Amino acid sequence: MSARPKLYINQGIPEDGEAIKLYRKQCEITMYDEKKGGVVSVPREEFLRSVKGVDAIHLAYPAKIDNEALDAAGPQLKVIGTMSVGLDHLDLAECSRRNVKVGYTPDVLTDAVAEAAIALTLATARRHKEGMADVKNGVWGSTWSNSLYLCGKDIKGSTVGIVGLGRIGFEVAKRLKAFGINRLLYCGRTHKDYASEVDGEFVAFDDLLRQSDFVIACCSINPSNHKLFNAEAFKKMKSSAILVNVSRGILIDQDALYDALKTGELHAAGIDVTTPEPLPVDHPLLTLPNCTVLPHLGSASINARHAMANLTARNILAGLKGDPLPAPVPSQK
Amino acid sequence: MRPRCVISLVSSAYTHTRKINSYFKSSVLIFTTRNMSSATKLPKVFVTRKVPEDGIKYLRNKAEVTQWNSDDAIPRGELKERVRGVDGLFCLLTDKIDAEILDCAGPSLKAVSTMSVGYDHVDVGECNKRGIPVGFTPNVLTSATAELTVTLLLTVSRRIKEGIEAVKDGSWGTWKPLWLCGQGLDGATVGVIGLGRIGFAVAQRLKPFGVAKILYADAEEKEYANQLPAEYANLDQLLEESDFVLGCCALTEENVGLMNSSAFKKMKKTAIFINTSRGGLANQDDLYQALKSGEILGAGLDVTTPEPLPTDHPLLSLDNCVILPHIASATLKSRNAMSELCARNIIEALNGNSMPAEVK
Repeated sequence: MSARPKLYINQGIPEDGEAIKLYRKQCEITMYDEKKGGVVSVPREEFLRSVKGVDAIHLAYPAKIDNEALDAAGPQLKVIGTMSVGLDHLDLAECSRRNVKVGYTPDVLTDAVAEAAIALTLATARRHKEGMADVKNGVWGSTWSNSLYLCGKDIKGSTVGIVGLGRIGFEVAKRLKAFGINRLLYCGRTHKDYASEVDGEFVAFDDLLRQSDFVIACCSINPSNHKLFNAEAFKKMKSSAILVNVSRGILIDQDALYDALKTGELHAAGIDVTTPEPLPVDHPLLTLPNCTVLPHLGSASINARHAMANLTARNILAGLKGDPLPAPVPSQK
Repeated sequence: MRPRCVISLVSSAYTHTRKINSYFKSSVLIFTTRNMSSATKLPKVFVTRKVPEDGIKYLRNKAEVTQWNSDDAIPRGELKERVRGVDGLFCLLTDKIDAEILDCAGPSLKAVSTMSVGYDHVDVGECNKRGIPVGFTPNVLTSATAELTVTLLLTVSRRIKEGIEAVKDGSWGTWKPLWLCGQGLDGATVGVIGLGRIGFAVAQRLKPFGVAKILYADAEEKEYANQLPAEYANLDQLLEESDFVLGCCALTEENVGLMNSSAFKKMKKTAIFINTSRGGLANQDDLYQALKSGEILGAGLDVTTPEPLPTDHPLLSLDNCVILPHIASATLKSRNAMSELCARNIIEALNGNSMPAEVK
């Protein structure tokens, strides 16, 4: 009887969840214990040591899978399951070259991320960061500003531009419809048939920038859209506009963003993703009242995280058996 | 900006004197329009605070406007003085309009309007007894308030406050599968206490988040609930079954302290309470205990008792409690519309017409 396949999990997954139960039946598990390790995510050197000789890696973002990691694991590595729908931390070409199957977690996190995108958009529009601080600091009650104290932006009647009307972008659009927005614009490589369900208008990126009151970035990352939001882009946007990013930090030139927010070229921004993550506590963006930064909470809902762990487990167990993965990455479909 | 006193040349000695006294005593801005051609004097309207321009603009040629031109709420003593002999009173929710104030105003007072949709600070019964209609500002603030209610719900459910703090204090340490996980709306049961204009608008906005069921408690069943659809429930059932309990009702004598320890006991331990009604709906001591002990998961309040809430209030020490400084209707569009509607209510009533929006 062959030995059970070796599995490495680089961050804790729910003890009461399906995934760990499935794994326990079929694999020999090594899991990073952050309580013992003392740091939140496994340090790189320990990660490289831990993957040595394993057949499968259950991967929490953003641990990098590159040549170094694949070499460290060894040629017996069969499958990697990433708990994410973003793939920018993986060298997929190299994985495919070495015949390592890669699974990911689309769909099961879509609702959670769309909800987080709306939460961030609304919290930025209605100035929650300032409001909560004013209550704590006793500023509440000291100023009234003609009854315009802490006035924010209406969603109703606004023009929303979604950069990337994929699964997540579409669900964001669906939710915003109920707020009575005036127009829903989107841009991307191609027009989407399903956009008609949300009255989406396909426009060029520049037109989306010029016309939108809210710009919400939900696109996947590729080499052509790094720093898509640069100084030029901010110039094209309305000075009353709000930018929201739930895609990846690298979509935005953070220095240009800081300048745009500081000078009033851009009204406000809400970002759930940064470069790097975590963002250093002394980063200039954190000094701006009109910039809300969240610690990558997009898929941080209990349901979503369980579902992601479970789907990853199914991806891995299929990969170990040599069966097709329930959710292979697009380049391996 | 220092207020300037404009002393009208067309005024009685009494009024003239009062204006000079006022100029030296406190900051009171006085607009006086001289209507040379008309025999009738313009009605006097007193505005109890600095308010958005649209309302003042509306009043300008139709009334002799006096105003407490301050960022701070008018002290009770000042209010009693300023309302003397006015025909119309434009007030805010920070002003208690009761029999005493009405007595101070005297028989000239013919119209009161508040720049809010809540009117628990106005003794409507007493006003109506004296033949004074009371105006308020429904509808024009509904969408802004509904948007803020949804925002507050999401800020609590998705732990936005803790997230913002973690970024600032450095406790954010790269992505972790279970860290700061929140309650999703997908598959949830939402319970709306008070399916009025605002409650209905909130429920409409929550639907596409994948809400499984909407319950509502109200004095009576609402036909328009079918549009959602929302199921009429008694309060106990709503408390027991809901993942999100939303206070969207008007505050009345009957529902003060409705959300108390026995209500929180009935709620699920994973449930979240959101209040954008009035602070008085919730017993804050009981709420603190419920949040601290884990009897409910979290709470978000846009309204408190008092307002502002003292900075050392125990609720502010809790990670799972989000408090906002009563900003539900705080958008430019909404506040300007409220200001104008309030002014309109007063002028229409003074002209003998029905108010566009009267508390009935």
